[in-house]
Amino acid sequence: MASIGLHDSELGEVQRRLAVLRIGLLLVVALLAFRLWHLQIREGPYYRDLSENNRTRSVTLEPARGLIYDRQGVLLANNVPSFSLYVALEDVKDREALINALTNLIGLDPAVVQKKLTGRGGKQLPRKIKDRLTLREATLIESHRLDLPGVMIQVESQRNYPGGVTAAHLLGYVGEVSAEQLEKPEYADLHQGSIVGQYGVEKFFDRHVRGLAGLKSVEVDALGHEKRTVVVDQPQAGNDLYLTVDVRLQALAEKLLGEESGAIVALDPTNGDILAMASRPAFDPNVLSRELTPKQWVEIVQDEGRPLNNRASQGQYPPGSTFKILMAAAALESKTVSPSSTVQCTGGYQFGKRVYRDWKAGGHGSVNLHQALVHSCDVYFYTVGQRMGIDTIASYAHQFGLGEETGVELPSERVGIVPSTEWKQRAKHEPWLPGETISASIGQGYVTVTPLQMASLIGTVANDGVMYRPRLVQGIMDRTTSQLQQLPSTPKRKLQVRSQALELIQDALAGVVQEGTGTRAKSSIVTIAGKTGTAQTAALRTGPEKDIPKRFRDHAWFVAFAPVESPKIAVAVLAEHMGHGGSAAAPLAKELIELYAKLSPQMPALTAMLESGAAVSVAEVVTR
Amino acid sequence: MIDRMMDTRGVDNFDIRFIALVFLILSIGVLSIFSVTHDQTGPGIPFFAKQIIWILLGTVAFLIMLVWDYHRIARLAYPAYVIILVLLAVVLVEGKTSRGAQRWIPIGPFAFQPSEFAKLILILVLAHYYSKVPRVGWLQRVVVPGLLMLPGLLLILKQPDLGSGLSFLAVYAAMLLIVGMRSQALGVILLFSLMLFPFAWEVMWGSLHDYQRQRIMAFVDPAYDPGGKGYHALQSRIAIGAGELFGKGLYGGTQSQLKFLPEGHTDFVFSVFAEEWGFLGVLGLLILFVALIWLSLEIAAKAKDQLGALLAVGIICMLCFCVVVNIGMTAGMFPIVGIPLPLMSYGGSATIMTMASLGLLLNVKRRRLSLFY
Repeated sequence: MASIGLHDSELGEVQRRLAVLRIGLLLVVALLAFRLWHLQIREGPYYRDLSENNRTRSVTLEPARGLIYDRQGVLLANNVPSFSLYVALEDVKDREALINALTNLIGLDPAVVQKKLTGRGGKQLPRKIKDRLTLREATLIESHRLDLPGVMIQVESQRNYPGGVTAAHLLGYVGEVSAEQLEKPEYADLHQGSIVGQYGVEKFFDRHVRGLAGLKSVEVDALGHEKRTVVVDQPQAGNDLYLTVDVRLQALAEKLLGEESGAIVALDPTNGDILAMASRPAFDPNVLSRELTPKQWVEIVQDEGRPLNNRASQGQYPPGSTFKILMAAAALESKTVSPSSTVQCTGGYQFGKRVYRDWKAGGHGSVNLHQALVHSCDVYFYTVGQRMGIDTIASYAHQFGLGEETGVELPSERVGIVPSTEWKQRAKHEPWLPGETISASIGQGYVTVTPLQMASLIGTVANDGVMYRPRLVQGIMDRTTSQLQQLPSTPKRKLQVRSQALELIQDALAGVVQEGTGTRAKSSIVTIAGKTGTAQTAALRTGPEKDIPKRFRDHAWFVAFAPVESPKIAVAVLAEHMGHGGSAAAPLAKELIELYAKLSPQMPALTAMLESGAAVSVAEVVTR
Repeated sequence: MIDRMMDTRGVDNFDIRFIALVFLILSIGVLSIFSVTHDQTGPGIPFFAKQIIWILLGTVAFLIMLVWDYHRIARLAYPAYVIILVLLAVVLVEGKTSRGAQRWIPIGPFAFQPSEFAKLILILVLAHYYSKVPRVGWLQRVVVPGLLMLPGLLLILKQPDLGSGLSFLAVYAAMLLIVGMRSQALGVILLFSLMLFPFAWEVMWGSLHDYQRQRIMAFVDPAYDPGGKGYHALQSRIAIGAGELFGKGLYGGTQSQLKFLPEGHTDFVFSVFAEEWGFLGVLGLLILFVALIWLSLEIAAKAKDQLGALLAVGIICMLCFCVVVNIGMTAGMFPIVGIPLPLMSYGGSATIMTMASLGLLLNVKRRRLSLFY
């Protein structure tokens, strides 16, 4: 029964064939073992690396930017926590689906997201897609996180300017480092999405303020969810800046300009500390530090008032009669005139076929230098200008810091124009015409200056000819060592003008306010010296000022210093299209100087201020 | 008669070695399943505990297949085959869909996979056929067995279950080569080419573009690797390679612990083991499998009759095929087809079926001398 179907020969054959099976089995197992040896031993380290990369993600920890304080310790720029949206490219399985999901959830522009995902930058570091998410957006994303592999919400510090538009131009704003910036060596250690200063002090001192990014290694699972932190290299906060600016003066200067375009610069002539630097119209750095849509950006850039232009350091205007200060110094020093020599002013100056008129019809009569400055006699300066020649004027203008950078710590400072025969040949490829010297003598024609240059100029005159580089930052607090590095003020040069000449000019400038064109700046609490200026913007002038369309009206200038006996503040006011300096600009300078006079006894040194630890909020100051 | 039907003799040294190997491999499997699923959350019995239940049920199956005379078992081959064909048809209509394929019949909280059992039943059918039918000529040797196998194969491929289908085919091919073919030369050549197929495949497969592979795989097995792009294959290679010589230790396998490796407790349990125990562990495991198969070959070689020899050979070939293809697949030598690693992958049907097969194998050995009672 058991032998059904059994044939011994066949069974034997089956069992002989088993030998083949044995050999085959050993062969195949040997091949498997070889393959595994290849994977685990020969290529083991390679796969070990891959498995490490698989499980770890690097997350950049953005540093907190340094804080910015005014000279009183009022906080002007700080950081507030905000949610940022990142995407780790490695974990994204379906890019299109992700973009769609983000568009649907929080309404991002698909094109923008696509650009951010494909932009330049390492594959290892997650890309920042959006910052300043609202709490609602962040919650929406968190609740859909399982459907959004690779998406991360990171809490970061976001730049905040508590004062809003206050001191906007000098503080500047921050923004993502651009592709062009990343090419430059000073941004070499940054990456796409890093926040850097893009304007003002934020940009100029970015190296100090930006801090050092940290790196966090996190272990993630296959869906990109963080499991635990492997290594943390903590970010290093940026250093704090202490400005020379007093936000109380700054706020007043901005308030004085109001809705008008213009600039006010106030500085301490004895060390170059800029106490206020206002430019109007202004922008809100909080808005610009956010990510703007292209449309918003175009709106700001194309705004006719050009709010992004810092008129104090970048606006170039004819100095008008304020130029007469340096003309007087040049005439005395070059011995073109003596203090007592006079010029007969009949209300006009004949040159060739043309008559150059004085602002005062009928003239000032016989005037010496003092009187010429006090009453701003044009004919006097036409005459001495013509005698000196343009190149002598130019050399003095350069000495007084015109046509060159003041060296203030702001990006893209403009220098204006100091015309000369050589300049005209170079710039216009034409020879200098003698009549042009006459216009230049009263600060018209080709001459242009910035309000900052004029503040520095009047300050230098007030400071007996010692010129300091204007500065905005007096100290940097190192966050790692808590050491305050006080920056020294830097003397730039000593004018080659005798002190008697400067004293005469100071005296005349005091006369301008006492009895001359600048009486509107006369104060009952402080002695002020100054010079008015009216910069013509259009050659054609018919009828009274008020009938001229505003954009063709003259710019009003007033430069001043106070107190006359020992000057502590120098001010330059420029009000665009506001007409006469004496009426439009002088009162502004007076108000600012009066506030300074009230405040100056309570202006402690930086170190004393830090020790007292007194801090006031900027909102309090601005509304005061 | 009783001791003809029920084997009641004591166990010998061979049996102990055989059973020890089986349970050693099973334990390694449970350990690996535990490691990869130990942080499993949610309700239900943990995977490793369920696997222990399967092993207990498998032990019952092992004992049943061991104590019943295999001749009696073989006589049930045809009815069993009819039943399993019906079940395979039921799966297609009523089955539970998972990973895009219908392979399971739900039984309470569990799922029963008929295709696993179909493999063992096919071995019984073919062994029974070859031992009963007088074999004269090509028709009876090759074509008729082929026709017997075909309905099962088609039903399995329809699910689709490429892995089980290939195993099914491999059982048929192996039986054919060992007994069906007269020409030794042909048999040897075919056998070798089958064994060298993995390497030929690697060259062929490697020369294709990714999208071509995806199309082929999508055609033959749409259920597998839905994410596509070779993600599973790569993660498995990384897991194995990262184990290096000594492995990352228990729970140390980041590939499996962090779920980069899919199906770590089922088809890719070998990768989990390789990542945690390294090349040394892998060599040890291969030696255990080879030793088990070596003992099985011993049984086949000493079988007292053709039925016993054929059953043994069928079971050995099925085991070898699954072990080689599974490891080859996890190591990136083959495309990924869903074949579990015998005795190690988590799964009730496969564990019970494999243990039943090994019971039958030991049955053949233990009946070696019963003829002469």
